[in-house]
Amino acid sequence: MRFCAASDQTLLVYLGEEIGLPAHERVLNLLRVLQKDPPKWLRNLEPAYTSLMVTFDPCKVDHSGAEQLLRQYGERAKTARPRKARTLEIPVFYGGEFGPDLNDVAALHGLKPQEVIALHSSRTYHAYFLGFAPGFAYLGDLPEQISTPRLETPRKKVPAGSVGIAGRQTAVYPFSTPGGWRLIGRTPLKMFRSDRKGMALISIGDEVKFRAISREQFLKMESE
Amino acid sequence: MTSLVVVSPGLLTTVQDLGRTGFGPMGVSPSGAADPVALRLGNLLAGNDAGAAALEMTLLGGSFLFPEGAVVAVTGADFGATLNGKPLEMWAAQTIPPGAEIIFGPTRNFARSYLAISGGVQVPPFLGSASTQLLGGLGGYEGRALRKGDVLPLGKPTKKIQAGRVSQAALFALAPRKVLRVTEGPQMELFSQEARDTFFRGVFRVSEESDRTGLRLEGHRLNSGLPGEMITEGVPLGAIQVTPSGQPIILSVEQQTTGGYPKIANVIGVDLHRVGQLRPRTQIRFERTSLAVARSLWMEQERLLNSRYLLFL
Repeated sequence: MRFCAASDQTLLVYLGEEIGLPAHERVLNLLRVLQKDPPKWLRNLEPAYTSLMVTFDPCKVDHSGAEQLLRQYGERAKTARPRKARTLEIPVFYGGEFGPDLNDVAALHGLKPQEVIALHSSRTYHAYFLGFAPGFAYLGDLPEQISTPRLETPRKKVPAGSVGIAGRQTAVYPFSTPGGWRLIGRTPLKMFRSDRKGMALISIGDEVKFRAISREQFLKMESE
Repeated sequence: MTSLVVVSPGLLTTVQDLGRTGFGPMGVSPSGAADPVALRLGNLLAGNDAGAAALEMTLLGGSFLFPEGAVVAVTGADFGATLNGKPLEMWAAQTIPPGAEIIFGPTRNFARSYLAISGGVQVPPFLGSASTQLLGGLGGYEGRALRKGDVLPLGKPTKKIQAGRVSQAALFALAPRKVLRVTEGPQMELFSQEARDTFFRGVFRVSEESDRTGLRLEGHRLNSGLPGEMITEGVPLGAIQVTPSGQPIILSVEQQTTGGYPKIANVIGVDLHRVGQLRPRTQIRFERTSLAVARSLWMEQERLLNSRYLLFL
């Protein structure tokens, strides 16, 4: 564990220096022990690939006091039994007006659009963390063959449900927001609903698969 | 139930409270008032809990009708509020007779003015908070900025209204400033000495492209052989991140919760509400301070905000 003050009220805890499942497992374990039995001064937690940012109430603790206690939580996290990951399947209609960048992505890699679809839906992805917007899960790792940089100019409005790729990551936009990821398809599922338990469809640590569906299936599922 | 009618909404008026904390693992930023101190003081004057929902106006205020009357308080920036054509005193509880309209104009000093109303604005909470998150269209009044003709229900006042005003000493201590105090960011050592010197000595201008997600700064570029991308990590409120083109951005209340840009510094807690009052074209500077000083200033400010000398009756 490496600690770094990110601000006068936050502490970054680094649990690895490289993106991958081993570091992320440590992030998840520390997150879970903190969520299960939160210290009195805890105000917020921001898990990411290799780190966990902890926001505290400075009236109740300072950086060194927080670090001391977090080290104890770190010890507890080592012995925590890993929780079995949930597996989710996300139906996607690839290409057409729902995936306006599919052909460009294919052309960039010298592939056929069908091959991009096959590669994207071939893998089980790990949900590293949620950020950017409520329910936006960073999923990895995208197959190297279709790893593509972000758009030079982000779109002002990406429709909700759009499936995007950026670098070795893929994600679904839960809301209509600006966005710079390349859009290859769309899901009819609602990714975030405040009237549902857990609210975000994908939670940190989940395993996620994408399944290609037809336009008819998309329209049918969307209307349900 | 009493209500407030939006006669004209102003440039960007939203329902805000003190935000929703603790939802980082779901990717949800706290949001809430960009100047939480002004919101707290307004609520205190209007006899509400500190975190009741109020209206946040930006640069140009609106006009609001109170068919049943209310006790209100205007805090934050001075938007030249009037009641029946007469100037309305700021930072003080004011009784609005039934059918009267408060009219705000363009700002005379800072970025955001707050209208707190006895009983608070009643909207369905999202994750325990009434604050509007514009990016996701969540919370607040239908998840959006107010429009002409909106009718906002008001709650019953919860406490006895104090009919006071904020003391001059408190206003002085909490006043906006253009020199923001910062602590070292987690990636400060990645910046060259030259970039760090520029950061602490230079004068920066708040760009027109600034909003509740962040303030873009112009005047100096801080690019200096930085590595292109770092591993995305959590980003605190008030972080000063630097884009690949060298532009510094101060993250504000509707920030993204994670980010991959290096952060040179972070605005300290007591100056965060001051970030919320910076308007485009304002010239600002940064002053370095320590974590220990930042913490004692925070505790001092919290003592002041909870003190019985804050208001005078």
